[in-house]
Amino acid sequence: MLKKLFTTFALSATLALPTMADTDPAVEARQGQFKLIVHNFGLLGGMVQGRMDYDADMAQAAADNLFHLTRHDQSRLWPEGTDSFSIDNTRAKPEIWENLDDFVSKFGALQEAAEALQPVAGEGLDAMRASFGGVAQTCQACHQVYREEAS
Amino acid sequence: MRLITLGLVAAGLITVSAAWVLSAPRPLPASDIANLQGDPEHGRSVFLAAGCSSCHRAPGPDSDPLILSGGRSFASDFGTFIAPNISPDPDHGIGTWSQTDFVNAVMRGVSPTGSHYYPAFPYASYIKADPQDITDLYAYMMTLPTDATPSRPQDVTFPFSIRRAVGLWKTLFLSDEWAITGDLTETEQRGRYLSEALAHCAECHTPRNALGGLDRNAWHMGAPNPSGTGRIPAIAGPDFNWTEFDISAYLESGLTPEFDVVGGSMADVVSNLGQLPKEDLDAIAAYVLRAAQ
Repeated sequence: MLKKLFTTFALSATLALPTMADTDPAVEARQGQFKLIVHNFGLLGGMVQGRMDYDADMAQAAADNLFHLTRHDQSRLWPEGTDSFSIDNTRAKPEIWENLDDFVSKFGALQEAAEALQPVAGEGLDAMRASFGGVAQTCQACHQVYREEAS
Repeated sequence: MRLITLGLVAAGLITVSAAWVLSAPRPLPASDIANLQGDPEHGRSVFLAAGCSSCHRAPGPDSDPLILSGGRSFASDFGTFIAPNISPDPDHGIGTWSQTDFVNAVMRGVSPTGSHYYPAFPYASYIKADPQDITDLYAYMMTLPTDATPSRPQDVTFPFSIRRAVGLWKTLFLSDEWAITGDLTETEQRGRYLSEALAHCAECHTPRNALGGLDRNAWHMGAPNPSGTGRIPAIAGPDFNWTEFDISAYLESGLTPEFDVVGGSMADVVSNLGQLPKEDLDAIAAYVLRAAQ
């Protein structure tokens, strides 16, 4: 499954434009993907942190979304030359492309964590809490090495 | 003409002598430290709050935070600093250091042989610590695993490569005065101790002047990222609108109020601070808001 999501990664690299206009559509799309992820992740986080009441239906819907969002095929979202040293408006470090296997493996960890969250999100706050933390850990593992500070 | 030359030579000698005197290492007297009894269990809390492992664990995101083999590098305007091995290894770490050696290294930036450390090692923050806490830290760190990785030399450019000159930097910027003063609550004072003396938040979140000293008039106002692109965000000022709950939750979990997840160097900070009691994180949060006023 994971492999399939990234199989055309190398191919897409050859299609990247050498000079980028203001915004590359791939960069916009991948940022949109992360906005959708945080939109759902944040709802669960709000419940875990007690900022809002736990609601089983809402939690389940958000967890379902996370599952599907993390299954979105990534092969056209990360063309070479769209790193933070090459273009503006991205925080994606060049190290992503230098360690593509590790990056893909970290994305795989996010997929697994989202998969683990899905069956428990609607089963109560305590049931959701640990799996929510697992998702957060996979976000952090990637941000720690592959994301620049905001400017 | 000869008189002028003589005068210039004399003035030069006086300047050099003054610089030599001013730049001398100033360790704490051994009598203040040698008799303190270290508590390794409390030392662990100090270790987490002070963030030792963030710089001294091995390079790579997944290295063991308790193996302080050194080797991580930190680029700056003055050159690249490379964290040394501070595991208790007797040959390559600090295994042969006395308690007094250790406290002077941490709180005064002076090595056991009497030379200056570069202030990338945040002793300009640790100088505000309680020597008892640093003694506890010593007791704890001596229980950690040894590692035989040799320390690498610092890669610092001239004139910063002259270590003695760090002594002059210390006369300008090394101070045990709190940055945030006034009528602080007990919680804010606890938070100030944790933040200013141990966690050294200001070392990254406060801008520096041309000589590398913290600009105390812009405390926590954010600064360029010395080791990469982007900025270390402001945690004070008009655009910082986090609540005490937000700050404490972030330090515990790495989640911002918008549920972005922490990254970069701050991920290490959260990994460490997240293991402290919640009331300590609340105290840091109260202090950060007090400092932002």
